[in-house]
Amino acid sequence: MTTTEPTPTTDAAPESVSGAEIVFDRVTKSYSSQGRPAVDSLSLTIPAGQIVMFVGPSGCGKTTSLKMINRLHEPTSGTITINGKDVRGQDPDDLRRQVGYVIQGGSLFPHMTVAQNIGLVPGLLRWDKQRIAERVEELLDLVGLDPVRYRDRFPRELSGGQQQRVGVARGLAADPPVILMDEPFGAVDPITRQRLQDELMSIQSELKKTIVCVTHDIDEAIKLGDRILILQEHAQIAQYDTPEAILSAPANEFVEDFVGSGSALKALSLTRVEEVELTEWTTATVGEPVGPVLERARAARQKSVVVLDQRRRPVDWVNIKALTGETVPAPVDEARDLHQIDHRATLNDALDTMLVSAYAGVIVTGRRDQYVGVATFEAVTALITARNEAARQAQEDADEQ
Amino acid sequence: MSSDTAITPPSRAGDVPPPAQGDGARSRRRVSRDDLGLLLGLPALCAVLLGGWALWRATADLDDIEARSLAWGLIVELFGEHLLLTALSAGAVILTAIPLGIALTRPAARRAAPAVVTVANFGQAAPAIGILILLAMWLGFGVPVAVLALSLYAFLPVLQNTIVGLQGVDQTLVEAARGMGMSRWSVLGRIELPLALPVIMAGVRTALVLAVGTAAFATFINAGGLGSVITTGLYLFRNSVLISGGLLIAVLALLVDWAGRVLELVATPKGMR
Repeated sequence: MTTTEPTPTTDAAPESVSGAEIVFDRVTKSYSSQGRPAVDSLSLTIPAGQIVMFVGPSGCGKTTSLKMINRLHEPTSGTITINGKDVRGQDPDDLRRQVGYVIQGGSLFPHMTVAQNIGLVPGLLRWDKQRIAERVEELLDLVGLDPVRYRDRFPRELSGGQQQRVGVARGLAADPPVILMDEPFGAVDPITRQRLQDELMSIQSELKKTIVCVTHDIDEAIKLGDRILILQEHAQIAQYDTPEAILSAPANEFVEDFVGSGSALKALSLTRVEEVELTEWTTATVGEPVGPVLERARAARQKSVVVLDQRRRPVDWVNIKALTGETVPAPVDEARDLHQIDHRATLNDALDTMLVSAYAGVIVTGRRDQYVGVATFEAVTALITARNEAARQAQEDADEQ
Repeated sequence: MSSDTAITPPSRAGDVPPPAQGDGARSRRRVSRDDLGLLLGLPALCAVLLGGWALWRATADLDDIEARSLAWGLIVELFGEHLLLTALSAGAVILTAIPLGIALTRPAARRAAPAVVTVANFGQAAPAIGILILLAMWLGFGVPVAVLALSLYAFLPVLQNTIVGLQGVDQTLVEAARGMGMSRWSVLGRIELPLALPVIMAGVRTALVLAVGTAAFATFINAGGLGSVITTGLYLFRNSVLISGGLLIAVLALLVDWAGRVLELVATPKGMR
């Protein structure tokens, strides 16, 4: 997130991009002969390997525009190309098997197991059974679900967040260069949504797909998007730019209203936890003798320790008084919500999570959920103060000129 | 029986029950206790009724007419005929009403559905015996005509439940399936039908029960079945024979209903029980 200048197409693409470029050229979709079309001559380039968020009020044509990419809706006129190939030149079913599709709530098929749901598109592409099974395993691992525990479950045996994870895994199954997401995290509670967003970002940092995501939530757009497309009625582009540019220089009143005022607070959505100075916290591994752990905690003058599993993923955060046994125990209640966030989460998320945390801090995780450190309330507020100070300074400088 | 008994409220297939938390809450029971009671209780009841009747038949002091009308061999034969009539007409209904119901939920023919259901309603609204006699006068007596009449009578529940079942499938799931690159046929076969199957099977069960009851009239057009035991009892003023006929048909209906329930349960996809 370093580009600040509005540059729709000329970004230096990150290395090892597996995504594909999507181009809309004067795409129009009308549902009836009279009246203005739902999508009126939309032209747009979605760079390969980026997340582009489509936002706008309901009925602005954002979902219609998305669904025209995989031909669930057919444009009335204009062309859409993926990597230079006109989507209308391909068989719709073949096309859709090359484009991942993730929908609100996961939309898992209730009569199929998790593995069957994920393996559906590879099956359509006639992969052999062995390869599908391996792929399912790999994807469940990627979205943070233990394959052994979850692959043979049915969707109703999963929580909403888990279903949504499986939905994302299903969209990624055949390793498509382009993934379309339609309000992917709309149906889950805020904390789970934030987790899922974090996971999506860390998955994307590994895979570099082209992701087109429809949302009505501007905060989600700011957090996830490399670029945000703000649409007005009839899919007229109000602004198409990076989140930073949209926040600092809204193109018109519509964008300003839509993004909301209080841009200083909006900066909370732009600043990532990885920018916070993390505190080294005492850690312990499950099964480790308690003695040395307590010593380390006392040396660091900390009253609690973060418990990690064998793969350095945090599983618990306990007060040292609770460590009475011989060895560090595994958490009793696995489903308990540990207050952790991804290093790419926003300060907004961090503060939200702290509100429900027992400690004035939040565990920060990196790649594959591995422990990185603890962001304390003080560190976060210090960063916000510094940012606001800098912004005020910049404003004053600008006013003086 | 009115047509609305056939319609189970359309269960929205996409609705998700409250999430199971951890392994402990994971439901391993596939058959609820109510179902289990019915599944085991009904055959037991039938066995008691049949056993009681057989005991009576073996020990009672019957006159010549009664003994001949209730001869073991004859009863078994009539039982078989009755079952055959039921099975043939149910089979005919399944083979015609389900495909028609599927066709009427496809985009091309969706608008025709209400009209077709209305026509099918005539078959059910008319008295069963009326249809049977009218058809026999037109096409002649015998088993094929009886099967045709029974099929017309049992057609509606299967047709209607097929339509309702398919319409009840969450459209976002259908769109998800299309969006993943499944063809229309494979969406129908792998998503829509499995999800609609419990509702369709409820219709089939209703059809079976209607057919087994109505098959009692088949004797009027010389198509056999247990109905003849009742008519013999009526014509010859032998109440024992009359009641035996009624009892045997009732037991058969209960057994067929039970078979229908088993079918419904088997048809419900594993993830949805």
